[in-house]
Order: sequence, then structure tokens, then C-alpha cells
Amino acid sequence: MDSWQTWGVILIAPYVLVFLAFVLYPVSYGLWLARHPESYVKLFADPIFFRTAVNTLVFLGVAVNLKFLLALWLSGFFVHERAWIRWVSVLFLLPWAVPSIPTIFSIRFMFNPEWGVINSVIFRLTGADGPNWLNDPRIGLGLAMLTHIWKSLPFWTLILIAGRMSIPREQYEAAAVDGASAWQRFRYVTWPSLRTLYLSSTILSMIWTLGDFNSVYLLTGGGPADLTHVLATLGIRYIRLDQVDMAMATIVCAMPLVLPLVYFMMQHLSKGESS
Amino acid sequence: MKRVTREAFLVLMAIPILLWSLLPIYHIFLFSISSKDSAFSGALWPDHPTLRGFGTIARQEHFYLHHFWIQIWNSLWIAVAAGVLTLAIATTAAFAISRLKVKGGRSVMNLALFTYFIPAAFLAIPMYKAMGAYGLLNNRWSLVLAMVTLAAPYAIWVLKQASDKLPFELDEAARIDGATPLQLFRLVYLPLMTPSMVAIGTYALLLAWNEYLYGYLLLSHEQTITLAVALGHFIAADDSPWELLMATGLVYALPPAAIYYAFRRYMVSGLTSGAVKA
Repeated sequence: MDSWQTWGVILIAPYVLVFLAFVLYPVSYGLWLARHPESYVKLFADPIFFRTAVNTLVFLGVAVNLKFLLALWLSGFFVHERAWIRWVSVLFLLPWAVPSIPTIFSIRFMFNPEWGVINSVIFRLTGADGPNWLNDPRIGLGLAMLTHIWKSLPFWTLILIAGRMSIPREQYEAAAVDGASAWQRFRYVTWPSLRTLYLSSTILSMIWTLGDFNSVYLLTGGGPADLTHVLATLGIRYIRLDQVDMAMATIVCAMPLVLPLVYFMMQHLSKGESS
Repeated sequence: MKRVTREAFLVLMAIPILLWSLLPIYHIFLFSISSKDSAFSGALWPDHPTLRGFGTIARQEHFYLHHFWIQIWNSLWIAVAAGVLTLAIATTAAFAISRLKVKGGRSVMNLALFTYFIPAAFLAIPMYKAMGAYGLLNNRWSLVLAMVTLAAPYAIWVLKQASDKLPFELDEAARIDGATPLQLFRLVYLPLMTPSMVAIGTYALLLAWNEYLYGYLLLSHEQTITLAVALGHFIAADDSPWELLMATGLVYALPPAAIYYAFRRYMVSGLTSGAVKA
């Protein structure tokens, strides 16, 4: 082994140590804690768990796809080259740049049924009391999804803007010469170039959305009556109740969902590497 | 005519976009300059705007704010430590993988990417148990190390991508001149990688400053928690002082927003280039 390889090993060692101590050991230890079948029996017997699983699927299916349709649409708006649109984009990025805690609490206050600004506006306009918002489990989950979209939409829009910018301008010029309509330009020029990025971003966002604790916990706290939990908040709830085996069992139950998505992303990235 | 309708359409689109993006943030600002009684009036601008809330915070004059200064110091300390440590670990790892072509470097890259794809809230649970086993619970280092673990994979990925773009003739020339790997690292690699390193350092710093869940699990003593965790405590009681919470939230949100805007160019190009290429 020459000195270049020796130095390579020395320089990569710190990260390898971090990985061993804070990923490999914790994950193995966690899986070992989740080895008892009784944990799963107990988990499946918990009525909250079934509700949580459904909530999580709804969250992934609806919130992520809605977010990407919006991001696709908005990226088309932001690629227009105008000085004022650049300023709009600067403000549009704020939800992503500002930490979650104050903004999600702010949204929580806005939707407070008694004192929140939304219901006081409804009262002033119609004289009737507004909905119960966060005290209603369905609306609560819906608002958690909207909060999630509010927070992460700017990031994904940015990614799709970058994707649109990398499409050669000549393709649009050629389409214009052929008299293509706006829809045809999208269908035959934009979408074919953007499709791969759009799909892989959706998958990656689904993985991360599974780990989105803040949008639900800070907005509804999982309530009312633990009906708005997702897997991420349910796991932490078990930790707080000192039921680590149940917390780990919750995560293991999410693995059939996570692992195919992660596998897809790893394949996708190594393909991008070699080409 | 067609041009005018198009511009009008763009403006019409901009209005809902701005309202949607800014309303919750304006709501924070509005609350933080309102007095307790007028905060709930639902007005778009308070009758008597006041900065008293910020004075209360600075003098730590409320039950929830008794440790404000130590908590904001904790946030800062943890963010800077996580940023510096991530940068150090990721820069050397990317150098070893990309320039020195260390054996097994590719596998390490894959392991790192795998970590990057684990949902953060899922890793939090085993991480909490492991930190307990290491005796690090309630120690600021536990949060620093957790943040380094979360930030390093993406940092290595981006730095490796940037490093692969540097011409390899440089290394050849340095080798022929008898340079050692450390000289190559210091004299060639570091200067050329500075823009990407600024982006990655900022990324890790902001990630740690903004983190809530890991802080909430790993730190629990009033003197060791970060400002993010302290803000979470406000909501525990129904009669919590919203206007103080929002004012503290504004103080907490300003540094990352300012840093983000200062480094916007670096951040956006540095952080999205990897994604689009993939």
C-alpha cells in the first residue's frame, strides 16, 4: 500500500467512525430491540396504529403529489425572465429558509377556533362561527399536509426550475416555429426532459415526508385523541411513553414502504454516476 | 395585446403565490409587535405597535424565557460546531474518495447515501437509545454528533461531485513534482473547493440551528436545550403567551434567514446541481 492509499484511509476514517457509531450501531441495536413478536402483536392491537398507517399513506399519496403538481406549475412561472419575478422568487423561498418551529406555531395560532385570525375573519364576514379546524381530525390532517406543502414546496420548485433551465432553448424555438401551442410545448418539449427528474424527486420527497415529524407534531401534536398521527410522530410518542420496543416496531413496520423507495433512489443515483 | 394578457396573467399568478408564502410569516411579525390585549383583534396592523416583547425577552422576564440567553448560545454553539465538524469530515472524505481513489471509497459513498435516505424521524429513535448507551444524553455534543451524522452524507455527496469536476492533470503534475497527498490537499484541493465548502458549511450550520426533533429527544435540561426546544415548551400550556412566543420565534428565525439570503447564490447552485445531474 503506497502512501496515497494510506492517506486515503486516514482521511476517510473520521466519516467511517461517525457511520459506525451513529448509524450502524444504533440501527443494529434498534433492530435487536424490535426482535420480539409480542411488540408487533401489541402494536397491531393498538387502534391508533391502524389509523396512523392510513394517515401516513394519505399523507404520502396526497400531500407529496399535490406538492409536485404545484411545484411543476410554479417552476413554469418562475422561469420567466423578469426582474420582478426574481423578487417574487426571493420571497417565495422564505418558508423554506425560515425554521419550522415559529412558522408552524404561527399557522397553528391562525387556525385556533376561538382566537385565531381565520375564524375571526370568518365571523366578521358572515357572523357565523368558523370550523373547528385543528380539533377536527380530518381537517387537522389536511392542515398538516398543507403545512408540509407550504414548508417544502419552495425547495422542490427550485429543483424543477433548475431542471427546466437545463432544457436547451433551441428546442422551444423550434417548437415555436412549428406553431406549437403552450400545451404542446409542455407535452413534447418540457415534460420529456423533466420526467426523470420529476419522478426521482417525487420518490425522494416521499422518503423524506415519511420522516416529517414537525408538520404534524407541531401543528396538531397528533391530536385530537391521537387521530392525526403519522408513523414518524407515533414512533416518537412511544419513546416518550418509554416503550422503545413499540417505537422500533413502528419503524420496522414502515420498512416495506421505505426500502423499495430507497432501493430505487440508490439505483437511480448509481445510474446517474456511470452515465 | 397578446403580450399584455400574458403579463397580466403572470401578475395574477404572483398575488396568490405571495399571499400563500408570506401570510404565516407576517402573522409572526404582527404578533411580535402587538401587546397582549391587541394581539387577538384580527387587525392587519396593531393600533399601538410595541417592541416591549423584545425587551421582555432580552431581560428574560417571563417563566418560559428565564434561560433565553443560555439557550440561544446553545443553539449557536451547536450550529457552529456541527457546521465545522461536518465540513472537516466531509471535505477529507470527499478528497479520499474522489482524488486519492481510496479502496472501498465507493462503498463508503453508498453507505453515506443510504444514511441520507433514511427518514430523519426514524433514525432519531435508535439514535436516542445509542446516545443513552454512550452516556451523552443531555450533553450538547450528542446533538452536534447527531447533526454531523445527518449532514455528512449529503455534504460528502456534493463535495465529491464538485471534486470530480476538477482536472485530474493537477494531481498528476503534483505527483510528478513529488508532492505528498497532504500538500495536494492543502495547496490544490482546498483552494479550488472553497465555493462548494461555503455552501456545505452553511447547509450543515442551518440544519443544526433549525433542528427541533433531535434536540427535543436528546436534550432536556433547561440549561442545555437549544432555543428551538425551548420554543416547543411554550405550547405545553393553553395559556401560553402567544405574543412572546412569536417574538422569540422571530428572533430565532432571523439569523438563518439572513445567512440564507447572504449565501443564496452559493446555496442554490451548490445544493441543486447534484440533484439535477442525478
